[in-house]
Amino acid sequence: MASSYKDEDGHITVSGSGAAAGAGGGSLRSKKPENTAFKQQRLPAWQPILTAGTVLPAFFIIGLMFIPIGIGLYVTSNNIKEFEIDYTGVEMSSPCFTCAQNFSWNGTKPCTCSVPFHLDQPYESNVFMYYGLSNFYQNHRRYVKSRDDSQLNGNEESLRKPSKECEPYAKHGNKPIAPCGAIANSMFNDSLELIYNDPNGTKVQIPLTATGIAWWTDKHVKFRNPGAENTNLTVVFQGTTQPVNWRRPVFQLDSDPDNNGFINEDFIVWMRTAALPTFRKLYRIIQRRSNVHPTLPRGNYTLEVVYNYPVRSFEGRKRMILSTISWMGGKNPFLGIAYISVGSVCFLLGVVLLIIHHKYGNRNNAAEISH
Amino acid sequence: MERFHWVRHRCRQLLSVDSERGWYSPPDGFPSKSSLQRVSGKRRTVLARHGPHQQEYEAVSRKYKGNGIRTTKYSLLTFIPMNLFQQFHRSLHRFANVYFIFLATLNFIPIVEAFQPEVSLIPILLVLLVTAVKDIFEDHRRFKSDRLINNLLCQVYCSKQKSYVDRCWSDVRVGDFVRLSCNEIIPADLLLLYSSDPRGVCYIETANLDGETNLKQRQVVSDSSLQGSDFTPESFHSRIECENPNNDLNRFKGYIEHSGEARVGLHSSNLLLRSCTIRNTETVVGIVVYAGHETKAMMNNSGPRYKRSQLEKRLNTDVLWCVALLIVMCLTAAVGHGLWVKNYRHSVFQVDGEISPALAGFYVFWTMIIVLQVLIPISLYVSIEIVKLGQIYFIHNDLDFYNEQLDSRIQCRALNITEDLGQIQYLFSDKTGTLTENKMVFRRCSIYGVEYPHVENGVISGMSLPPVGERLLLGKSMSCRSLSCNRSSVSLHTLTAESPEEEDQLSNHAAARTGAFCSRMAKDVVPDPELVRKLNSLCSSTLRLRDSSTESLSTLELTYITDFFLALAICNSVVVSSPSQPRHVVPEAQAPLKSLEEIKLMFQRLNFYSFSTPQIKGSPRSFTSKLFTRGKTGSFNFNTPPSNSIDGSDLALDTSQETYVQSDEDSDDELLYEAESPDEAALVHAARAYHCTLRGRSAKSLLVDLPGIGSLVVQLLHILPFDSNRKRMSVVVRHPLTGQVVVYTKGADSVIMDLAEKRRGSEQAQEIYKHIRQQTQKHLDMYAREGLRTLCIAKKILEEDEYEVWLKRQLLAESSIENQEELMLDSAERLENDLTLLGCTGIVDRLQEDVPETIEALQEAGIKVWVLTGDKQETAVNIANACKLLLSNDRLLTANCGSKDACAALLEELLIEVRREEDGEESSLHSTSNFILVIDGRTLEWALQDELKASFLELSCKCKAVICCRSTPLQKSQVVQLIRDKIGVMTLAVGDGANDVSMIQVADVGIGISGQEGMQAVMSSDFAISRFKHLKKLLLVHGHWCYHRLANMILYFIYKNVMYVNLLFWYQFFCGFSGSVMINSWVLILFNLVFTSVPPLIYGILDRDMPADTLMKLPELYGAGGTTKIYIPATFWITILDAFYQSVVCFFVPYFALAGSDVGILSFGSPINTSALFIILLHQVIESNTLTWIHMLVLLLSTILYFGFVLIYSAFCVVCSHPTNLFRVETVQMSQPLFYIICALTTFIALLPRY
Repeated sequence: MASSYKDEDGHITVSGSGAAAGAGGGSLRSKKPENTAFKQQRLPAWQPILTAGTVLPAFFIIGLMFIPIGIGLYVTSNNIKEFEIDYTGVEMSSPCFTCAQNFSWNGTKPCTCSVPFHLDQPYESNVFMYYGLSNFYQNHRRYVKSRDDSQLNGNEESLRKPSKECEPYAKHGNKPIAPCGAIANSMFNDSLELIYNDPNGTKVQIPLTATGIAWWTDKHVKFRNPGAENTNLTVVFQGTTQPVNWRRPVFQLDSDPDNNGFINEDFIVWMRTAALPTFRKLYRIIQRRSNVHPTLPRGNYTLEVVYNYPVRSFEGRKRMILSTISWMGGKNPFLGIAYISVGSVCFLLGVVLLIIHHKYGNRNNAAEISH
Repeated sequence: MERFHWVRHRCRQLLSVDSERGWYSPPDGFPSKSSLQRVSGKRRTVLARHGPHQQEYEAVSRKYKGNGIRTTKYSLLTFIPMNLFQQFHRSLHRFANVYFIFLATLNFIPIVEAFQPEVSLIPILLVLLVTAVKDIFEDHRRFKSDRLINNLLCQVYCSKQKSYVDRCWSDVRVGDFVRLSCNEIIPADLLLLYSSDPRGVCYIETANLDGETNLKQRQVVSDSSLQGSDFTPESFHSRIECENPNNDLNRFKGYIEHSGEARVGLHSSNLLLRSCTIRNTETVVGIVVYAGHETKAMMNNSGPRYKRSQLEKRLNTDVLWCVALLIVMCLTAAVGHGLWVKNYRHSVFQVDGEISPALAGFYVFWTMIIVLQVLIPISLYVSIEIVKLGQIYFIHNDLDFYNEQLDSRIQCRALNITEDLGQIQYLFSDKTGTLTENKMVFRRCSIYGVEYPHVENGVISGMSLPPVGERLLLGKSMSCRSLSCNRSSVSLHTLTAESPEEEDQLSNHAAARTGAFCSRMAKDVVPDPELVRKLNSLCSSTLRLRDSSTESLSTLELTYITDFFLALAICNSVVVSSPSQPRHVVPEAQAPLKSLEEIKLMFQRLNFYSFSTPQIKGSPRSFTSKLFTRGKTGSFNFNTPPSNSIDGSDLALDTSQETYVQSDEDSDDELLYEAESPDEAALVHAARAYHCTLRGRSAKSLLVDLPGIGSLVVQLLHILPFDSNRKRMSVVVRHPLTGQVVVYTKGADSVIMDLAEKRRGSEQAQEIYKHIRQQTQKHLDMYAREGLRTLCIAKKILEEDEYEVWLKRQLLAESSIENQEELMLDSAERLENDLTLLGCTGIVDRLQEDVPETIEALQEAGIKVWVLTGDKQETAVNIANACKLLLSNDRLLTANCGSKDACAALLEELLIEVRREEDGEESSLHSTSNFILVIDGRTLEWALQDELKASFLELSCKCKAVICCRSTPLQKSQVVQLIRDKIGVMTLAVGDGANDVSMIQVADVGIGISGQEGMQAVMSSDFAISRFKHLKKLLLVHGHWCYHRLANMILYFIYKNVMYVNLLFWYQFFCGFSGSVMINSWVLILFNLVFTSVPPLIYGILDRDMPADTLMKLPELYGAGGTTKIYIPATFWITILDAFYQSVVCFFVPYFALAGSDVGILSFGSPINTSALFIILLHQVIESNTLTWIHMLVLLLSTILYFGFVLIYSAFCVVCSHPTNLFRVETVQMSQPLFYIICALTTFIALLPRY
């Protein structure tokens, strides 16, 4: 009797103290922390432990993956044909030397020069014609800032009142500059023509397409002429003045109304500032005409330059580049080489580690076992 | 023992409460007139609000604050400006915020601006916003609690209604009369004018103020005119002059001036402090002198503690390095830009062509500071706080820190030193209550030289499950006892070595019984059967005198036993209360039983024999001869039984005993003892187990139940309270039975044994006494060896004239003002001599569970464990033994010396010994003995002096552990400070009592154990745990983790910043150091603040380098194994270098891949930024040791957020974000395979060395 009573009591005590020491029992909220995996920090976890078993295959796999990619990239890059010619006219012998020497932004009479060159191989498919500038810091902070996006987006108010970011190229005299800013002001204004010297003596001008060189969104969304569609640009830009270094106002950049004003593609391309001081910008596209003839056959060419753009003040260089492009862009052997070498290094490391592992790993294991 | 007395001592100092007679320590007491005059400019006058001096009251009280409190910092209107102001004044964030503001303003200067101004405001706004939200949250909580407090009701006298009416606390003004009844909380600082207690005292509990739960006594203003039953506020015309509000709790000076009468001094014992609770007093009335924020309680309210962690200090140096790095980078840029400008002064792309290179360079310097601002990991501070909160959250939620008995978790009071837990090198532990339970359980006692082992008791207290409940039902215990008696008697003889089976049996048995014996306080005592038998014979002997069972007892022994328990019951300062009538004095009940007279008679007779009177000189001989020959004594003593109708009284007693048992049950339910120390409570409970129950206490008398006798009123003449010099306390009472004046003294064995040396009286008596003394000493030694806390109980019978003489002196001493303390001491010493030793008690304070394992683990972890205790050396060593601090092959170095020179010599000697041993150890590898230094308080005093510090340090460093016994709280903190400062290690102090507070505060990490001794330790601690064993997991697991996590997080954070910022820096080489960026400014700012801010937090909160059980199993992993090595300068610089490498890869791979092409600025930045994101995230994946789904989720979210933001931003934002308009850049980029090829290559190369 007594013992059973005690048992009961004992049982009650145990359960009671389990719930809460206080009198409330179950009704009292216990301060006991919840026993969840999260709160008790017992969440299942994956521990990235680097062992020979995981590292070696990883090295091999990466090596095996990278090398083919590298080879692919390298081959692609090598298949790209690229031709580059410097027409700055620094040397006395250069045809553009004279033009380079007597330069002024406001010169009325354009200086022209012709640079002959020779293409060793025919260029199939579309050929992209670039102009390249060296030592031109389009990425300079003040330079980059010096534009008014809303003006370029066709905002009438900004047209009249350019942003202060454009200073000191916001106004000329009392008139607002359109397009304002240093970037627009320093727009590249050489015009380049390609002439193919046919072996039979005739000179064939290569047709250059001036449209499609800017991003579609830039041309159609970001850059817009002020005013409604198809209005006369001359009227729209009434009351503004051209940038100081420009020879023509912005509404006379091109005769094609779809390529004039702010949506002139040369202008748009220029306005997308380059990342590095040596850069190229797309100038024209030479469309492939037929499947039979190459776009640019092998042979002699002449680059006719209207030399407007001065680069000597900053020891810059001007180049003309002809290039075919591939899915990976222009010619650049770096990526391919990098991939190949990284892949090879990985592979080699894998091999070395494998050898080490074979030589010493077993011994270690043996030693551990013998312990 | 000493420690609780220290506590008492301290609280007395603190609140200058004194015992019955009300002697006040002079320093706090009466202000001399001159001093009052001196401070007259700074005093306040209090007049009754509704008294006759209305106008004067208005004039005087106008500037006094009301009682409403407002602890909120802000109101709705003032929040924004105030919060901003506060944030910039907060010490922690000040630097960060000022830095942000500095950057933001820099960015508003057009010439140096790097981003649009609004972008650069984002970081500061975000930080301010986060902090503000946190502040609002906190403030709202404060507001709610304020409102709660302000709306509490109290009774305030209203002159219109001529009665006390309920008012809100906030409406109480200075000069109001407040009436409070028992258990009410005091609304403001009141001057006590009236108490229902006839002596004009009132008890308050200051738990809300200082956590002490014992009662303090307050005195009505010592002015007869006020006291009395007819106190009415109307009749109060006095003027009170007192100090201006200050925060000194134990100081209150002033005087009360009645109209035209003399001044009466006021002191702190007249003051009822706000937020204390009235106890044990029906009604009190007081006049408000300080209200609201001017109360002492409020003025003492200081903010939360802030400790700077070690890691943060290191971090600060690294942040300085980052600053240096930043400046170097900016200088490079500035110089570079200067040169560049010089070369290209008049280029077509040079916007400000006319600027001089130097000036341009200067501007660029500042621009670069803005551009590279993230290099200074300011948001790191916020991140660290968040991480620590997360860590605290997990510590707080750890199931292993949950204590079921107390229903308590770990309390994390300091939020910012979690990682210090992982670097502890020295642990200083208190003994009592920390290593041990501090549940003092009466374990055994020795009376009259006879030892009562209380075997069952030992079993119970040896159990891991502490008994729960509060019932000691006599009937049940009796029945249990009858069941267990056989066993225990068996075990008594055989169980010296405690065979495991029997122990099991017994503990099973005991465990089954816990339902009946459960006591939350674990104060229950299973009486020793032998002693119960003897004690029972007291009642039976008087009533059933012919019963043969009484024959076996010597009456002298019986008196000893009775006196012993009486002493246990009354020689204390325990306050009795019952839950139904909380803390009220149990009304004095009389109704002594019929046989009282008889017992009295017996007692007189016994005393007559055993002590004093020389008249029966002859008889003791026969008495002693019969003392040890059983059988005869009984008849000898009780040959003249005074009882008459035996049968009738037999019957009567039988019934009365039954009813007594009944009433005992009932009353046991009710009685609650509130002792100042667990020891006292244990003794009172022990006495109660023998039915020697303290039922109530009033100022002049004590109500005691005696077994078989019933309630007796014991007239209390004096209490000589404990002090640490005397190491004892005494009560002077008039013995209820004999009517003699008796002094009962309870104190440390060493003192009592000395005082009980001499005995007057006959040779035989002396012989017996000597025997008792010897036996008792033997038992004392045994107890000490067992690690029990020993106390000796002694008594002394005073002759009336003797008492008179003493009383005069005592009163003189009390009334004296100068050197009162000395006089009191002197007086006490005069009383406490020639004591008769009654016996001694052994109180077990058993070790908490798993203490040895914990200490072992901590030592394995490389933490030196020191024990600092106020206990005796033997006890301390014993406990050290028990908790495996001291192993059998350790060598004990004991340092006890009396003088400084001796101490110096001793230290030198020990040092030489240790050194020799060390040298020997080097040659012979197998000697494993470690040194344990045991040093006592006095020696420590010398050792801590400047000249000896060095050798003490050296010695203690060479020892495995140090045990400081008999140390004072000050010494404890000095030791900690010495070690902390001189060796420069991380120290942790753990303790549970008020005497550990200073140590806890001094140590780098202070841990309080929420135990039996109030809350002071917890209040002053950084972490409060309920069990010592929790330290193991707290340090080994959480400490390790927290340190690892935080250190890695910081490194990762710095890495992240350096890596990212360097990308921008490298670009400067290609943009003429112009401060141009190739990444959109929003992306740039948000990259750190949003896209990559959560992963390091998760890393810092959730990473586990090793699983918890591994860390628990292998404590070695804690110490030198790695934790302290993570965050050292080398790792910092390696991290920086790694960041540099990665940024170089991350920048130059895309550079070479895109160089010479027609790539635009932002198109160029896009793959770089994306690669950086991948590198940073994958870097963490590689670095972190655990990856849970949370990690994955966060990483995924970061990526998605980045791409989502960038894509949406670049898709729809046509003209926004001026210089770095992202329109269509990213979409175009991400549609090109080249982008992915570059990203993959970059990420892989950057992370390759990590493999």
